Amino acid sequence: MSIAATQKRGFGAFLWDYITTVDHKKIAHLYLFGGGFFFLLGGLEAMIIRIQLATPENDFISAGLYNEMITMHGTTMIFLAAMPLLLGLMNAVMPLQIGARDVAFPFLNSLGFWLFMFGGILLNFSWFMGGGAPDAGWTAYAPLSTQSPGHGVDFYVLGLQISGAGTLMGGINFLATIVTMRAPGMTYMRMPLFSWATFITSVLILFAFPALTVGLFLLMFDRMFGSAFFDVALGGNTIIWQHLFWIFAHPEVYILILPVFGVFSDITATLSKKRLFGYTAMVFATILIAFLGFMVWAHHMFTVGLGPVANSIFAIATMAIAVPTGIKIFNWLATMWGGSITINSAMLWTLGFIPSFTIGGMTGIMLASAVADYQYHDTYFVVAHFHYVIVGGTVFGIMAALHFWWPKMFGRILHEGMGKLTFWLFFVGFHLTFFVQHFLGLMGMPRRYWVFLEDQGLDTGNMVSTIGAFLMAVGVVIFLINVFYTWAKGNKAPADPWDGRSLEWAISSPPPYYNFKQTPLVRGLDPLWVEKMEGKGEITPAEPLGDIHMPNSSILPFLISLGFTIAGFGFIFQVDHSAYLILVFAGIGLALLSMLIRSLKDDHGYHIKKEELEREAD
Amino acid sequence: MKGWMGKFKSLFLLSMLALVLAGCGKENLTALVPKGYGAESSMNLIILSTVIMVFVFLIVILVYTIVLIRFRRKKGQEGYIPKQVEGSKTLETVWTIIPIILVVTLAVPTVAATFDLADESASADGINIEVTGHQYWWHFNYEEEEFATSQDLYIPVGERVYVHMLSSDVIHSFWVPSIAGKMDVNPENVNTMYLEAHEEGVYWGKCAELCGPSHSLMDFKVIAVSPEEYDQWVSDMQNADPEEEPQDAVAQDGKALFEENNCMSCHAIGSAPSAVGPDLTNFANRSRIAGYLEPTKENLVDWLMDPESLKPGNKMTGAYPALSEEEADSIAEYLLQLEHSEITPESAGGL
Amino acid sequence: MSHDHSLNPETMPQEPEKATLEGRNKFYGLWFFLGGETVLFASFFGTYIALRNSTAGGPASTDLFGLGLVFAMTMILLTSSLTSVYAMYHMKNNDFKKMQLWLAITAFLGLSFLALEIYEFTHYIIDYGFTFRSSAFGSAFYTLVGFHGGHVTFGIAWLMALMVRNAKRGLNLYNAPKFYTFSLYWHFIDVVWVFIFTVVYLMGRVG
Repeated sequence: MSIAATQKRGFGAFLWDYITTVDHKKIAHLYLFGGGFFFLLGGLEAMIIRIQLATPENDFISAGLYNEMITMHGTTMIFLAAMPLLLGLMNAVMPLQIGARDVAFPFLNSLGFWLFMFGGILLNFSWFMGGGAPDAGWTAYAPLSTQSPGHGVDFYVLGLQISGAGTLMGGINFLATIVTMRAPGMTYMRMPLFSWATFITSVLILFAFPALTVGLFLLMFDRMFGSAFFDVALGGNTIIWQHLFWIFAHPEVYILILPVFGVFSDITATLSKKRLFGYTAMVFATILIAFLGFMVWAHHMFTVGLGPVANSIFAIATMAIAVPTGIKIFNWLATMWGGSITINSAMLWTLGFIPSFTIGGMTGIMLASAVADYQYHDTYFVVAHFHYVIVGGTVFGIMAALHFWWPKMFGRILHEGMGKLTFWLFFVGFHLTFFVQHFLGLMGMPRRYWVFLEDQGLDTGNMVSTIGAFLMAVGVVIFLINVFYTWAKGNKAPADPWDGRSLEWAISSPPPYYNFKQTPLVRGLDPLWVEKMEGKGEITPAEPLGDIHMPNSSILPFLISLGFTIAGFGFIFQVDHSAYLILVFAGIGLALLSMLIRSLKDDHGYHIKKEELEREAD
Repeated sequence: MKGWMGKFKSLFLLSMLALVLAGCGKENLTALVPKGYGAESSMNLIILSTVIMVFVFLIVILVYTIVLIRFRRKKGQEGYIPKQVEGSKTLETVWTIIPIILVVTLAVPTVAATFDLADESASADGINIEVTGHQYWWHFNYEEEEFATSQDLYIPVGERVYVHMLSSDVIHSFWVPSIAGKMDVNPENVNTMYLEAHEEGVYWGKCAELCGPSHSLMDFKVIAVSPEEYDQWVSDMQNADPEEEPQDAVAQDGKALFEENNCMSCHAIGSAPSAVGPDLTNFANRSRIAGYLEPTKENLVDWLMDPESLKPGNKMTGAYPALSEEEADSIAEYLLQLEHSEITPESAGGL
Repeated sequence: MSHDHSLNPETMPQEPEKATLEGRNKFYGLWFFLGGETVLFASFFGTYIALRNSTAGGPASTDLFGLGLVFAMTMILLTSSLTSVYAMYHMKNNDFKKMQLWLAITAFLGLSFLALEIYEFTHYIIDYGFTFRSSAFGSAFYTLVGFHGGHVTFGIAWLMALMVRNAKRGLNLYNAPKFYTFSLYWHFIDVVWVFIFTVVYLMGRVG
């Protein structure tokens, strides 16, 4: 069911197929497309920011527009690009890795995607209506966010609320999938690291997002319904927002980084032809990082005035994260040690990641030292740090994963030459852009500055940074060309292009829509490798060939999401005129009606008959 | 391949060189050349943590380089299958224990410094100043001395000056990189920190928490002078006579216009407590107009005629009738005569 | 596997709610969902505790709360939890009629609770002028307790839909997990209320 194959059926049918699909592999395509689109949008915003900061006292864009630009860049990249791209990879790979035919809740999977997509679209409508995009930073600190004029922040609240609900569903779905649907023999301690990372990340999503949900509700009530959570005159307290936001947003950082730790673990082992070094330690390090991730949120608030006791506790807790992270870095190195390393595009991104992320992690420890942070906080040092982590970690990881699993997802192999060119341009551009920013911060340039003044020693650094950003942009353009080239005339992928170790490489590329004709029997860590070493080269089935139960497609997830989005517009504009309440009722009505249909109409799915499967085998 | 790779390398090296030439930044702004107690505490930790981290980074890079040189797949190795190693208790223990030791090495001085900088027990004997953050300017109230000023904060060198900070609107953050780290200025609770400058000079202060469109223009200065000069300045400010008539006719016109246009409803000159806009008592001594413009008459006239274009989102725009260039010129003339002390940013060394 | 999962005493598995993969998925899925809900309510509780004395000169908790009504509400909700346990007991014994009966009682108790809560809110608004906009305390109180009330409302709607939908088809392996997950949700709502009773009302009396 590659894109090329479905194309022949006409565009309408193709579109309908994707809108109603509940197949995790197609939903993965949707996530990658949606996330990719927003990644380009966020990248464009980044370029505008860098052009504005190329020279001192520049007026390429106005101060108000600049604040909208930084807010949307951050919000888009975190919520609408990085996370969906990761969720797409998890959807594409995790069920295959654990030997499942689909996820636990295919319907919810589709609903999660459409909520994310509609939430993202709603948020970006703020550019065109309601007086401009949100402008209070992606952190939306109250009371700047409660006092921000126009509807920008309203779009932020509703857009994130809707897409956040989608993400939460994705998390619950993956958790249930991994608990109940692992193939026979696939014990927890035999799961590939990427599936482990998906599991832990889903736990983080589950426990972190509700804090954001609550924060957004409070902000929404303050802005739209006159409550006083952040209104100091009525006894409100603006620090509550910061706590709720960071209780969510710190784990969010780990939601972004843990999946790519999984990606790098799988890629390193496969392309070094070696078993992952210290598998158990890697799993427990992931769990420990996730656990500590919930204990450290106030390190974003060292300058708020929480007092020396709180600052000290959070400083020490933060530093403790260095230990499990260090274990991971050294275990990756040890995996490669003694191996036989193939350096292709996927491995290049992995190799680029190690020094880049090490720098990002180390500046993280430097930031954890509270008193030093009094200088770093809210400066370009912090900007440099989190871009080293999120670009040098997450984006590098997504690129590695795309090159690694592209054949499995789309049935074609990305062009190696262009892949390598993309890497080198992006890698050099990345370090050029962000390394100097450490120094800009310490030299007195706070973040979110629309202009920096002349004669403050900041000109050269900013210029270098802008040049680097352009290199990254060129790298991304070449990657896009590569995608189109591969789609049009890339090499067809074999089932197992990289001499893989885990289950996804045991089935064809792309996999049939039911994944596994017979549920596989897992006989150890790296099940495919185990079979290869025993000279069989294919997986032992755990069951005789039989009927396969499949879920039905449904348009309801799309309609539910559409309903909530309409209601979102209604909530935003009912402040201006109560007639817009009609949209609220209509939208929620549509959503509830669709939910009711879903719950009243029995949907037992369908079965692929045994005979049909046998016929396909011929 | 080699050709463009080489070009990137040289570009990279060139820009690194340029960066080194630019040095550590502007002397009275950068945190890298500390001129005060807080900045020094931070700098010590920055150096300590950098040394530790560079040490770790070098080890990682060493192993990484060896791996890349020795273990790349070579020609003729296509069928080679390396030994499948499960792990090593010893090695993994080593790279668990060593980071723990390093982290403790950093944690202990961090905690000590955190408590040291939060110590306000001696504030009763020190100088206490109330700082109020406004969109987009800073107000400084010398409460015990019973006068106020804005934008330029005068402090004596070598003494602990406790600033008690509160915001009138959104959250700001008070940062003088050369003298001390930053602290947030919240609307609901007073935050206190102390400044202790080691050297005389005029230091840039910045707002470090996004507070609206002109966040990047919300600069202020700290003017560190000798204790004697500071006493002199305080007494000059206390004795300032706001009613004093200017000498020349243009400035007298300006004063009349200032009153006609009801500027005092926002701006205090002398003891009037109004604090919607900056206190103008010693306006002529300001190191900068609107926080960042050279203190020339042309800039002041521009500001008076169209503040929005110079500081987007400021609260002065539209709060007074439009001024003709002539009127603005007279008011500027008047304002630029508002000085009461010999102790000025210039006498402290200038910006 | 056929679509007809309807049960009789011979085909009845030990735990009908977890007999199928779909059932197990629903069971775990709902538990995970409740984990998320716990953080949601914890955040509301945190907010409430931070703001409960921020009355801005308006009515304070000691002026407002009387324990009689709230105690009755607590008892009603606790009892409804118990009746839903009876319902699940009958589900496991494959006694659909008795299950429906106990579920109906659960729904009735839920509705009574809601009625009392609406009365309580009206009382505060009309007699004390204490609203959502009065103070940060007001906002936090109505948001926390209101969100719980919203959960009760949703739970009742869910239960009614389930009961009406399955009235004629009886119990089978397809709908048993649905009833079971509802009962889990309902217990959770109950537990949240116990915390509200303690943190909001009991601590509110102390001031």
